[in-house]
Amino acid sequence: MSQIQSLERYAVEVRKNLLKIIFAASSGHTGGSLSCVDILVALYFGVMKIDPDNPGKPDRDRFIMSKGHSVEALYAVLAKRGFIKEEILGTYGKYNSPLAGHLEIKIPGVELNSGSLGHGLSVGVGMALAAKRSNMDYKVVVLMGDGEHGEGSISEAITAASHYKLDNLIVIVDRNRLQISGNTEDVMALGNLAERYKAYGWNTLECDGNNISDIIETLSSIKNNSGKPTSVIAYTIKGKGVSFIENRTSWHHRVPTIEELNAAICELDNLLKLKYHES
Amino acid sequence: MKVNGIPCRKVFADVILEEAYRNKDIFVITSDSRGSAKLEEFAEKLPEQFVEVGIAEQNAVGVGAGLALCNKNVFVCGPACFYSSRGLDQIRVDVAYTGTNVKIIGISGGVSYGALGTSHHSLHDIAVMRTFPGMKIYLPADRYQTEKLTRYLAKATESAYVRMGRDIVPDIYSADSPFIPGKANLLAEGNDIALIATGETVFHALEAHHLLREKGINAMVIDMHTLKPLDTDIIMRAASETGHIITVEEHSIYGGL
Repeated sequence: MSQIQSLERYAVEVRKNLLKIIFAASSGHTGGSLSCVDILVALYFGVMKIDPDNPGKPDRDRFIMSKGHSVEALYAVLAKRGFIKEEILGTYGKYNSPLAGHLEIKIPGVELNSGSLGHGLSVGVGMALAAKRSNMDYKVVVLMGDGEHGEGSISEAITAASHYKLDNLIVIVDRNRLQISGNTEDVMALGNLAERYKAYGWNTLECDGNNISDIIETLSSIKNNSGKPTSVIAYTIKGKGVSFIENRTSWHHRVPTIEELNAAICELDNLLKLKYHES
Repeated sequence: MKVNGIPCRKVFADVILEEAYRNKDIFVITSDSRGSAKLEEFAEKLPEQFVEVGIAEQNAVGVGAGLALCNKNVFVCGPACFYSSRGLDQIRVDVAYTGTNVKIIGISGGVSYGALGTSHHSLHDIAVMRTFPGMKIYLPADRYQTEKLTRYLAKATESAYVRMGRDIVPDIYSADSPFIPGKANLLAEGNDIALIATGETVFHALEAHHLLREKGINAMVIDMHTLKPLDTDIIMRAASETGHIITVEEHSIYGGL
């Protein structure tokens, strides 16, 4: 089995796990979590220099989940990658659990408390600047939502990243075109995000954000001596992987019923069977 | 009391420069405010420890948190009025809630900007900052206390908000006066009434103490230089010894000292 095939299987497992914990907690952001699973799997298993046994290693790559509400996807990935124990996934959202509805740095592998949109990129700029000023060569990757680009603070951070020539900073935009109230272009049109970043002086790439191979290839092509930060507009489907959740605004933070959970898991299992002819 | 020639913000700038020469992890961030924060010399002498973000307070605080998460000791410096409003959500989440080693140095606080108008006044800053769990709050009363506070913060790992004024303030202390974070200074004994002041108003409380004494009233004067954590012992003592407490502050009466 190729590396990509392994990662695609991981992505299916992550999707199943995140749906299970949302169901168990009766709370979560289903659509946005499903849309960014392939990006997270590509980062944690194929791109980033990280060590689950030493999550605070000074030269590790930093990942900031600026769209902090898609927390269930990251928890499932952190468990799969060995940062947290699989068993604690089941405690998500419960009293005394370390796993809250938005990220906290007390969880191994989490770099920033999140939940307020439009913060992650500024913090990423600070981390990337710290690397430059300390002559360290780690990368900083910030995952943002598309709707999140409504926050003005992002323009401040985009400007600074370009000014300080932070070629060790990568933004990935989960461009699923849906936010809580509807289509991003109806709520507050974002237009062409790639052109927007380009106008600020960034390198700009685009990829299929639900294709792990394409994501890894795109991220691997980024040169770290270009003198420019890079944005990757990752075109995704909100709710990816479950037919009755895909592209539906109502699933932004809807919790599946037990029947829906079972149907979703069945669909995800069938996906693997069809793709790899598994019995 | 004599009037010195240096405003507290200049003292802060001189001391943090001195400390930053010794400690390469000290970083200073400004938002087009290096002039008002007296940090031009820092920017010139230690450019690798200085970060300019332009007129962008939200980004200044966020970038500061990012640097702090990479083990830097960060001082974000600019007008108190803007940091305690425009940068507030970043202070709430990226600094206080995340617990990053970021000190917000709010200069020209209170009504320091005077005729520049209400948009430049900060009479709300202490109220909002003190509600954030983990946030320490300091208002030094003169240049000596500013120096001691700055030297303390240059070594401390904490999230803090410091407010200082714009103009030169009279000396109240001397170079060997104590500054213990969280422990207020008792500046004058008195058993008729207690005046608890903070920051620039400490001088005025002492003036009041002298005027009251001429009228036969003995006023206790306390410099509450640390508003959080609050020295409740000295407040209890003032209450029990005088029975009357007046707070003196350059702030809205809602949520301040």
